[in-house]
Amino acid sequence: MPEAAFAQTPAAVLKLKGLQAWYNESHILHGVDLDVREGELVTLLGRNGAGKTTTLKSIMGIVGKRSGSITFHDRELIHLSIDRIARLGVALCPEERAIFASLSVKENLFLPPEIAKTGAMTADRIFTLFPNLRERLSSGGGKLSGGEQQMLAIARILRTGARFLMLDEPTEGLAPVIIQQIGRTIAELKREGFTILLVEQNFRFAATIADRFFVMGHGRIIDAFANSELPGKMDMLHEALGV
Amino acid sequence: MNVFGHVISWPQLYGQLLIGLINGSFYALLSLGLAVIFGMLTIVNFAHGAFYMMGAFGAYFLLKLAGLDYWWALILSPFAIGAIGAIVERLFLKRLVGLDPLYSLLLTFGLALIFQGLFQNFFGASGLPYAIPKQLSGAYNLGFMFLPVYRGWVIVASMVVSFGTWLVIEKTKLGAYLRAATENPTMVRAFGINVPRMVTLTYGFGVALAAFAGVLAAPINQVRPGMGADIIAVVFAVVVIGGMGSIMGSILTGFVLGVVEGLTKVFYPEASNTVVFVIMAIVLLIRPAGLFGRAS
Ligand SMILES: Nc1ncnc2c1ncn2[C@@H]1O[C@H](COP(=O)(O)OP(=O)(O)OP(=O)(O)O)[C@@H](O)[C@H]1O
Ligand SMILES: [Mg+2]
Repeated sequence: MPEAAFAQTPAAVLKLKGLQAWYNESHILHGVDLDVREGELVTLLGRNGAGKTTTLKSIMGIVGKRSGSITFHDRELIHLSIDRIARLGVALCPEERAIFASLSVKENLFLPPEIAKTGAMTADRIFTLFPNLRERLSSGGGKLSGGEQQMLAIARILRTGARFLMLDEPTEGLAPVIIQQIGRTIAELKREGFTILLVEQNFRFAATIADRFFVMGHGRIIDAFANSELPGKMDMLHEALGV
Repeated sequence: MNVFGHVISWPQLYGQLLIGLINGSFYALLSLGLAVIFGMLTIVNFAHGAFYMMGAFGAYFLLKLAGLDYWWALILSPFAIGAIGAIVERLFLKRLVGLDPLYSLLLTFGLALIFQGLFQNFFGASGLPYAIPKQLSGAYNLGFMFLPVYRGWVIVASMVVSFGTWLVIEKTKLGAYLRAATENPTMVRAFGINVPRMVTLTYGFGVALAAFAGVLAAPINQVRPGMGADIIAVVFAVVVIGGMGSIMGSILTGFVLGVVEGLTKVFYPEASNTVVFVIMAIVLLIRPAGLFGRAS
């Protein structure tokens, strides 16, 4: 292979161009442009209500009305149904975690069908990443602590073989020691080559693992920069995030 | 025995217990189907009685037009009526997703009237005979009473199908999909599962359960256009008592209320037609979510 091939920036896994989205009559996203490259961890920042969750849901196909372009490995998703998008290898770990209370932990974990023959994590590997889950397998999904729920929600999408993960505020409302564990896990996933789009309010947490940042305000991207540029962006971030 | 001024004999008691169990078998199958449908689609399927009736007519047609006997009917009629149910879901119910449940209630109620009216138009209100299959004719002598073989079969078949359905829903992967989609259909879709198709099949399956009950009923009662309307009010009461959407709740409540009704016939015949509704009223007052239901 020629040397030049290594020097090129990796291909974009996900590309949003002029993405707009509506909930019924309210216009939430007003043209979002964003890209995530192969093996990258991109963090989407923005204050409450900026449209971060709506962006992830639009990519997943969950928001009913959307326009513009969402390409995943050069394939247009904008008109596909939720389940078709999922089967292409897009996985969402939602903000509310969405653990099924009427299912056991084990049933929750093994619920999502494998969408790819390769790349799916084995149960053993998952239990190495999340040792707590092994002991809780027979518990009801509704009986877990917040941290356990979050781990189960992440573990659940690792088993499917999806290589592109969207994690919506995985540290929200969790104790510092759990946040650290989740941070280590996400870093580990990145090392294993997963491509990750992370939504976070906590940019100090994100700074430890992100390659690039996008900042959102009122349904638009207002800034984008690499992790190395973060120190120079502090004032802007304090302003944009209101922290 | 002398209760409330009625002289009661043991054979009479056993006889009514048996009838109660038979009725309970139908209540269980029908309310189970309603519960399955309600769990997944959150609609109250008022067309359920009509599908039960159509299941019985299915058996009748299969025999008269195709010469296919009871055993074929037991499989083919639920399959065909279930397919009609799936089409109804695709064509009509699907369009009502997200609207007030009142719409689907009115729609299924209207469908029930149309189906029943059509059959009445072509076959009149009186019943068409359907013979007990010869393998199931006769009676066992249990010592204390005679048990008609067919009635024993109905109880066993209903129990096997009911508990089989429960097992599938509670213990299998398919059941886990159903339970998960009941809780959060969007999330299940986001795992790559075609939930709309699952909803259609679930409705079809619930309808097939009603049709199966209809085939079981054909040799006991006659095949009549009004047979569904007659039984469905009690079945809805059973579902309310058991708790909407609780699978095991609807099965157990179905059998128990059938027996309670039978016993009432022995001890206080005047109340036998109303006892289920009295129980329903009491349960609604004390536990509005039903005996097995979870308050939401
Ligand atoms: N289901 C909905 N229907 C109508 N409006 C909604 C809905 N969900 C979110 N919104 C609105 O859309 C806007 C963007 O919400 P979104 O959840 O995407 O923000 P967010 O950036 O994820 O915020 P947070 O940090 O609080 O999670 C908000 O104004 C919110 O009120
Ligand atoms: Mg959000």
